Amino acid sequence: MADRLTPARVLIYALLAGFAAFYLVPLLVVVLNSVRTAEDIGATSVVGLPRELAFGNFERAWGSYCIARRCEGISPYMWNSFLMVVPATIISTLLGALNGYSLALWRFRGDNWVFGIITLGVFLPEQMKLVPWTLVLRDLGLTNTIAGLVLIHVVQGISFTTLFCRNYYTAIPQELLKAAKIDGAGFFRIFWRIVLPLSPPILIVTVIWQFTHIWNEFLYGVTFTSGAQQPVTAALIALSVSVSEAPQYGVQSAAVLIAALPTLLVYLFGGKYFVRGLTAGAVK
Amino acid sequence: MSALRIARLRKRFGAQEVLKGIDLEIGSGEFLVLVGPSGCGKSTLLNVIAGLEKAGEGTVEIGGRVVNDVAPKDRDIAMVFQSYALYPTMTVRQNITFGMECRRVPRPQQEEALARVARLLQIEALLNRKPSQLSGGQRQRVAMGRALVRDPMLFLFDEPLSNLDAKLRVEMRMEIKQLHRRIGATMVYVTHDQIEAMTMATRIAVMHQGEVQQFADPETIYNRPATLFVARFMGAPPMNTVAARLTGGAEGLAAIIGAGRPDEIRLPVPEELAARAGPFRDREVVLGIRPECIAEADRRFGADARHSVPIEAPVEMTEPTGAETIVLMRLGGEALLGRVSPDIRLPVGAPARFALDTRKLCLFDPATERLIA
Ligand SMILES: Nc1ncnc2c1ncn2[C@@H]1O[C@H](COP(=O)(O)OP(=O)(O)O)[C@@H](O)[C@H]1O
Ligand SMILES: [Mg+2]
Repeated sequence: MADRLTPARVLIYALLAGFAAFYLVPLLVVVLNSVRTAEDIGATSVVGLPRELAFGNFERAWGSYCIARRCEGISPYMWNSFLMVVPATIISTLLGALNGYSLALWRFRGDNWVFGIITLGVFLPEQMKLVPWTLVLRDLGLTNTIAGLVLIHVVQGISFTTLFCRNYYTAIPQELLKAAKIDGAGFFRIFWRIVLPLSPPILIVTVIWQFTHIWNEFLYGVTFTSGAQQPVTAALIALSVSVSEAPQYGVQSAAVLIAALPTLLVYLFGGKYFVRGLTAGAVK
Repeated sequence: MSALRIARLRKRFGAQEVLKGIDLEIGSGEFLVLVGPSGCGKSTLLNVIAGLEKAGEGTVEIGGRVVNDVAPKDRDIAMVFQSYALYPTMTVRQNITFGMECRRVPRPQQEEALARVARLLQIEALLNRKPSQLSGGQRQRVAMGRALVRDPMLFLFDEPLSNLDAKLRVEMRMEIKQLHRRIGATMVYVTHDQIEAMTMATRIAVMHQGEVQQFADPETIYNRPATLFVARFMGAPPMNTVAARLTGGAEGLAAIIGAGRPDEIRLPVPEELAARAGPFRDREVVLGIRPECIAEADRRFGADARHSVPIEAPVEMTEPTGAETIVLMRLGGEALLGRVSPDIRLPVGAPARFALDTRKLCLFDPATERLIA
């Protein structure tokens, strides 16, 4: 039998467990610190078990801790992130579905070139686009606004969403489209009535991808917004910088955990659909 | 007025010319079958008629109107696809009414048309199901229903039965034929199955490599195939085609199989054919003879005894099908198939006597492969 517990196998498992533990240490430290008081941490070090469970860190991180002279915790920035991530995810996903639909099912002259150029966006690093976006946001009057970040994430997201959707839609048989054309349906009616109802698996994948990606994005957040307009990832930086007095590792850890919670929830509830959607065909 | 007229139609995909000058014309109420081997351009032709592919050159007229630049939905057609192409997320009801919805037919009329078609095809019980909950035969019916709710100038079918099992295929074949008789609509039906073509068509266009080899009624296609390709494609088992030599004797023209061999066979060419075959006297031809024209020795073909020629040939193999027995025999060195009554026992390897029907002999020019007479 292949799964007998041989010495070699024991060694492999031990090694894997070691790597896994090593990988989880930072998370463990953050979780432990989030329930330790500042005195506790100050008395020993950032690595240590909590002497008592102090959940007050979460309350302060959420609602009253001072970040850049505003003492409202991270909750306003969490709200900013939601205002950014929800419209950006929805719009970029819909545009990606529409793009993917026309690229996969309505062949036109040069369609492969268009697809190639759109997906090139997947491989361009963010830093390269900082200056162009600065100019665009300035000219549109969207500097230091959440709307500006939404615009950036919609445009940047189209590359990925188009790639996902096009590859999914190529599995839809051409005869389906022919039948609809004879029935008298046009481009948008076919999309709305026939293609979109077939799309939940890939839309779930795209939404999860976009949501986590945009939520966790940091570079554009700190570059293009400041003060009260910042998304939570950028505010976390301000939070660690603003620690002038005694370091507040407990509160910081709690803030990090709160900020990570939405993507964690998306993963917990959507993860299985994500895997399923990536492997599903459009029509069985 | 013709229901469909196609003139000098050409179509190419890149470097490949798929339709090479098609001319067809059918009247209202006809059942045209486009038949030919896979890849010969049948579906492409049907798609051009539907407007799903653009014609390269030439014209397509539906009901006297040139439709080259008319969108599929405005061509007054309905189509059934090989894969059925049912909308997977819609119920049967929605599948059938979707076209009317697109054309903004009022609700009460939609309901009326739906009820009529559901009754006609006996799918009333299925209306609220999704396509994935239907069997192959039921899907086929729904696909038909989607076409039948319209009252179009032209019905187009692209191999609608090829995904069904053999028994269901025969049933649906009869049903479509009855349907055609009942509603009197004009139909264009694509198939690679020559039996479907023979049984359903009022007219057949046999296609090969982007050309129409012959366009005629089923009887003519079967008995007077215009080319060797048609002769060998239509009929199962196919027509025997063997090399022969035409000679003229005192008693008229004759075709000799295996000329010069000790076992040469001499077949008199009927007078009706002799006139056109005259120029080929003393030349090589290809002789075509249907297997059912070679039968047991005591069979008589027609009233005139001269048309039943007695022959003797060694039997190489027999295939009893139950209704008849197919015999492989050797005539003048050539292998030929015959069809004899199932009660006849023919020992393999021994010579046996047969009767041969000369009325339906076909003679082809070996160079052009076209029918001489
Ligand atoms: N969209 C297309 N692009 C390129 N070649 C095609 C296309 N559609 C059909 N063909 C080619 O045209 C030929 C005829 O195809 P088709 O009309 O589908 O044949 P049939 O229906 O008789 O089997 C085939 O060789 C096929 O490969
Ligand atoms: Mg085909």
